[in-house]
Amino acid sequence: MSDSKAIFLKDATVNAADGDQRAFIRKALGGYYVNRDLQKARYRDWERARDAASLAKWSAVNDLANVLEKFVANFERNGGVVHWARDGAEARAIILKIAEDANAKAIVKSKCMTSEEIHLNDALEKAGYGVVESDLGEFIQQLRGEAPYHFVFPCMHVKREAISELFAKHLGTAPTDSPEELTMIARRHLRQLYVDADIGITGANFLVAETGQISITENEGNARLTAALPRIHIALSGIEKVVNHLDDLSVLLPMLATAGAGQPMTCYNTLYSGPRKKGECDGPEEFHLVLLDNARTRLLADPEQRDALHCIRCGACLNVCPIFKNIGGLAYGTTYQGPIGSVITPHLRGLKQWNHLSGASSLCGACTDACPVRIDLHHHLLHNRRNAAKESPTLFDQLFHHGFNFVIKRPWLFATGGRIFRATLPLLQKLPLPYMGAWMKTRDLPKAPARSFRDEWKQQNV
Amino acid sequence: MSDARSDIFARIREALKVKAPKPHLKADANPGKTSAVAKPWLPDGGETADASLTILSEQLAKLKAVLIRVPDHAAAVKAVAELSAAKNWKKVAYHGHELLRPVAAGLACETWEADASFDKQRLEGCDAGITTCESIVAQLGAILVSSATSGGRALSILPHVHVVVAEASQVVPDLGSALALAKARHGDRMPSMLSFITGPSRTGDIERILVLGAHGPKELYLILVG
Ligand code: SF4
Repeated sequence: MSDSKAIFLKDATVNAADGDQRAFIRKALGGYYVNRDLQKARYRDWERARDAASLAKWSAVNDLANVLEKFVANFERNGGVVHWARDGAEARAIILKIAEDANAKAIVKSKCMTSEEIHLNDALEKAGYGVVESDLGEFIQQLRGEAPYHFVFPCMHVKREAISELFAKHLGTAPTDSPEELTMIARRHLRQLYVDADIGITGANFLVAETGQISITENEGNARLTAALPRIHIALSGIEKVVNHLDDLSVLLPMLATAGAGQPMTCYNTLYSGPRKKGECDGPEEFHLVLLDNARTRLLADPEQRDALHCIRCGACLNVCPIFKNIGGLAYGTTYQGPIGSVITPHLRGLKQWNHLSGASSLCGACTDACPVRIDLHHHLLHNRRNAAKESPTLFDQLFHHGFNFVIKRPWLFATGGRIFRATLPLLQKLPLPYMGAWMKTRDLPKAPARSFRDEWKQQNV
Repeated sequence: MSDARSDIFARIREALKVKAPKPHLKADANPGKTSAVAKPWLPDGGETADASLTILSEQLAKLKAVLIRVPDHAAAVKAVAELSAAKNWKKVAYHGHELLRPVAAGLACETWEADASFDKQRLEGCDAGITTCESIVAQLGAILVSSATSGGRALSILPHVHVVVAEASQVVPDLGSALALAKARHGDRMPSMLSFITGPSRTGDIERILVLGAHGPKELYLILVG
């Protein structure tokens, strides 16, 4: 069993039994369901909008080399500098080098899951830079020393009392149970940090090939401040974030907000094309974009699951997932939680270590229904299970399949086997069966019927 | 060792040798009669100027942004002056634009044309920032500001209140129209920042409870002339 699987099983067992926490998560998502439905109802045809969104991403991802080339040419024409990173280590080295050349001290970050993926904060802190996450949820998680619980709502599992205590401890503020007051504490604390920072690091939600702009989606205004005040702006993005046309955003931006957060559009959707231009009164002097592969091309090479690269990270699939709601985001142990995380993590970080996530699904398909770009999420979980079985079949798998194959071809053996099975079923209940442990722990085996279906059928059809 | 760029491109080209099927489209591929509206499946942005204005005011209200409609420029000056007095603003920064200079002149408090010299600390100390905008999207209640035409990057995000003064003719029905307009206006010399502002800054990070004024402005006013 892989380490990540052992941790997953342990966390999942503990969390699923924590009724309080589960109720808290369900309540936190309650408002989202209402708002999402209200906003979806404003679409004159949500399904057609999904068609357009998935086509926009499909055409960019399936022509990735050309679209990226076009994007980069336009981005550079606008005065930005592009850096390429094959993996996390290269991306970290590039960003450290920029910080070193700039003689930077303080770095402010807005939310960027890609930076979580490559553990950028650790690297920057080890090199002696002060790094502050400015998104409220990320700021809270940074103080807690914990990874994000949900890649859109990073601290949705933390109760206000705990946040109040956390702020009292780290910022020396008076306790309060008002979310408003807590937000204002963070606001006051972070304001000066934007003003003082030398470097602002952001992510990117879309890279627009046609114009060479990057698009950043947020609600709080912290990304706007991060890209406005510091002298240097560094954006970190996966290579799959490109779209062909500026007009694609007229579909993707509203859908991202509606599907993921139940909003018509998030508060700030900002397009950046280069550093401060001539005639502009502010903005950074340098604008760097780090484009990261980090195994995305491995996913690209699988045509069956390539559409997982269409993901716009809205978080809708997490919000509706019964597994996510029961085991919580931290149990996954991944940068990207929920159904999309379970699909892509085995590709990004190895099928052997992460295949257990393919089983973290009831296959209900709620994720696939929720996905604004129609990624076939729950089927991809099945594909991963199949691929894992093919890649390294366990002894049990092999025995079971060969055994089943042997028996099913011999009706007399099947009938005899059935008879023995029915007779010994009460005994099986008491035996510690291999591979059945997790199932049997909370369930009883059903009582065996006196006769088999085949016998019954024969008798009724005489 | 080859460089990262060519390596990544080589991997992409190799990966794409095998084609992926087009996504299954659910909707009727042939939608029948074509509509006058672009993308008639997105939220409605209004087919006439009046319809758009109605949708805009509904959207802004839901976003908790304040729309103040005034008949002419003199009334706009008066509206902002009243707002400033009511809210007791002490320092106001504004973008040096012909539409805004009279507005600033009409304020009783200290005013500062922020484009001339950019001082972050001073801007942070301002109660309000007044800007123009590029366009206003009725469909979503979004206001498009740019670094080139609305007073830079920080003026619309750093002060605690953001006031936008615009002409009613700047209202466009939907997001697609606003993007097309920006492209037509700036061509391949896009401003370094274009930002759609959809209501005052907000967060739901604590227990998913909505709080306004996370990092950006807590209040957003749109003064619409005409
Ligand atoms: S897979 Fe789909 S639903 Fe899930 S985060 Fe990505 S775009 Fe959203």
